[in-house]
Amino acid sequence: MGDKTGIALARKRHRSRGEMLGWVVAVPVVLAMIVVVATNENFQWATVGSYLTVPAIMEGLAMTLQLTFVCMIIGIVLGVVLAVMVRSKSPLLSGLAAAYIWFFRGTPLLVQLIFWFNLAALFPDIGIGAMQLDVNSFITPFFAAVLGLALHESAYMAEIVRSGLLAVDDGQKEAAEALGMRPRYVLLTVVLPQAMRSIIPPTGNQTIGMLKSTSLVSVLGVAELLHSAQIIYSRTYETIPLLIVASLWYLAMTTVLSIGQYYLERYFDKGSARRPRTKKPAAPTGAISIIADTSERTLR
Amino acid sequence: MSVPILTARGIVKSFGENTVLKGVDFDVEAGEVACVIGPSGSGKSTLLRCLNSMEEIDDGEVRLGEELLGYRKERDHYRRLSARRLAAQRERIGMVFQRFNLFPNMTAIENIAAAPMVVARRTKEVARKRALDLLEQVGLGGFGEYHPAQLSGGQQQRVAIARALAMDPQVMLFDEPTSALDPERVGEVLAVMRQLAFDGMTMVVVTHEIGFAREVGDSLTFIDHGQVVEVGRPQQMLAHPTEARTRSFLEKVL
Repeated sequence: MGDKTGIALARKRHRSRGEMLGWVVAVPVVLAMIVVVATNENFQWATVGSYLTVPAIMEGLAMTLQLTFVCMIIGIVLGVVLAVMVRSKSPLLSGLAAAYIWFFRGTPLLVQLIFWFNLAALFPDIGIGAMQLDVNSFITPFFAAVLGLALHESAYMAEIVRSGLLAVDDGQKEAAEALGMRPRYVLLTVVLPQAMRSIIPPTGNQTIGMLKSTSLVSVLGVAELLHSAQIIYSRTYETIPLLIVASLWYLAMTTVLSIGQYYLERYFDKGSARRPRTKKPAAPTGAISIIADTSERTLR
Repeated sequence: MSVPILTARGIVKSFGENTVLKGVDFDVEAGEVACVIGPSGSGKSTLLRCLNSMEEIDDGEVRLGEELLGYRKERDHYRRLSARRLAAQRERIGMVFQRFNLFPNMTAIENIAAAPMVVARRTKEVARKRALDLLEQVGLGGFGEYHPAQLSGGQQQRVAIARALAMDPQVMLFDEPTSALDPERVGEVLAVMRQLAFDGMTMVVVTHEIGFAREVGDSLTFIDHGQVVEVGRPQQMLAHPTEARTRSFLEKVL
C-alpha cells in the first residue's frame, strides 16, 4: 500500500542487529589492516611500483598466459574425448580412459613435470625403425611444461565433462537417436551443448587453478611470471616486493577470468528459464494466441 | 487387405530378472492407426521402444517392410547393428515421447530443423522453411522462436510431433503422448494426432485415451503382463471384450 498520495513507498530488506554490529566491527578492522600493510616499510611499495611493468615481468606474464591458454585448450579437448571414452560401451575404450585418468590424477603435478623434463633419461631415443628422434632435442622446458600441465589437466577435465554429460537427461539422447542422429551428432548437437551449463563453472575454476599451477614450471626454468620475478630478486634480494608484483598480476588475471566465466555461464544458460531471453516473436503475443486458436480450430 | 508395414514377431525383453515382454506379436498396416492399451507396467511402452530398436531384445524380430530392424541375422545368432546403421533405420520411424524431450537449448524451429540438417543434410534455409510449415500444421505458427520452457505442455508436445514429422517417417510411434499433460491441454494434442491419422500417417499409439482409440484407431491391442491379451477393432472390442482380463481393465478405466 502507498501513502495518501498513492505513490508506493520504498521497500527495504530486513536489517538485523547482528549485521549492524558486524559493520561496526568490520569497517575499522579492515581499515586498520589496510593502513598497517600500506604503511609498513618492509613491504617496499615503492619498489613494487617500480617493478610492476618492467619488460622481464611483462614477458613472464605473457608466458604464463600462453601456458594457461595452450594447456587449458589441450586439457579440455582431451578431457571431452576421455569423458566420452569412459562412457563408451566398449570395454577397451572405457578401460583405457579410466587407466589414463587413474594415473594422471593420481600422481602429483610437480612429479609429472619433472618426469617429462627428464624423459630423455628414460627413453634417450624414440621412434620406429629408421625414424629415430633424439628425445633431448625436442623435450624443451616449454614442451615438458605443456605436456605435464595439459595431460594432468585433461584427467581432471575428463571427470568434469563426465559429470556434465551425466547431468543431461537420458530422454535428450533418446530423442536425438530416435530422429536418426548418429552418435557423433547426438553428442555434438544435443548432449554436449546442454552439458556445458554444468561444465563451465568448474572449468572456470580449473582455468584459475591452471593459471596458478603454471608457477610450478618455474622449477623447469620456464620464464613464466614467478620465474621472472625469482630471476630479478635472486640478483637484487628484493624478494618480498617481487613476490607482491607477481601476486598482484595473478590476482589481476584471475579477476579477468572470473568476469569471462560469468558471461560464458550466462550464454550457456539460455533456454533454462521460463522467461523470454532471446528473440521474441515478431508479432505481439496477443495476436499470436488468436492465430494459434484459429489454426487449432481448423485442425479439429 | 494391405500388407503389414511394421511387424514384430515373438518379442521377448527382460530387464535383469524381470521379463517385461513374453513373446509379443504385433502388426501395423500402412496407413493404419494401431492403438495399444494396458495397465501401467504391462510392457506396452517397452514394446514401442523395441519397435525402433531403442531397446535390445532377447528374442524375436522386428521388421519395417522386409528389413530386419536392430540386428543382422548371422548363421545361428543375431548381431547388433552399428550405431550408424541403427540411426539410418530410425530415420524412417518417428517417435513422440511422454515427456516431450524437446531440446531445451534450442528454439521450436531449431528443434524441428536440427535432424533434417545433421541427418538429412538439408540446408539451413530449407530445414527452417519446412519447420515453419510443420509448426503451422500443428497450430503453432508464430511460436517458432520460443524455447520449450516458454511453451505449455500441449504446445511442447505439438512441437515434438512436428520435430518427428520433419524426417518424413514411414511410421510414427507415440508413447503415451498426453499422459504428462494438464487435462485441458490433452485435446489440442489429440486434435493434431487425429489430423495426422486423417492424412494417412501410419501410427502406433500407446495411450490411456480410450476415447481416442475408439474414434481414431483402426485396431486396438490390449497388453497385460507382457503378453497380448486381445486384438480387435476398437469399437467392437471396447463394447464387447472377449477376454475376462480385457473386460476388468476396461471396467476400471472407462
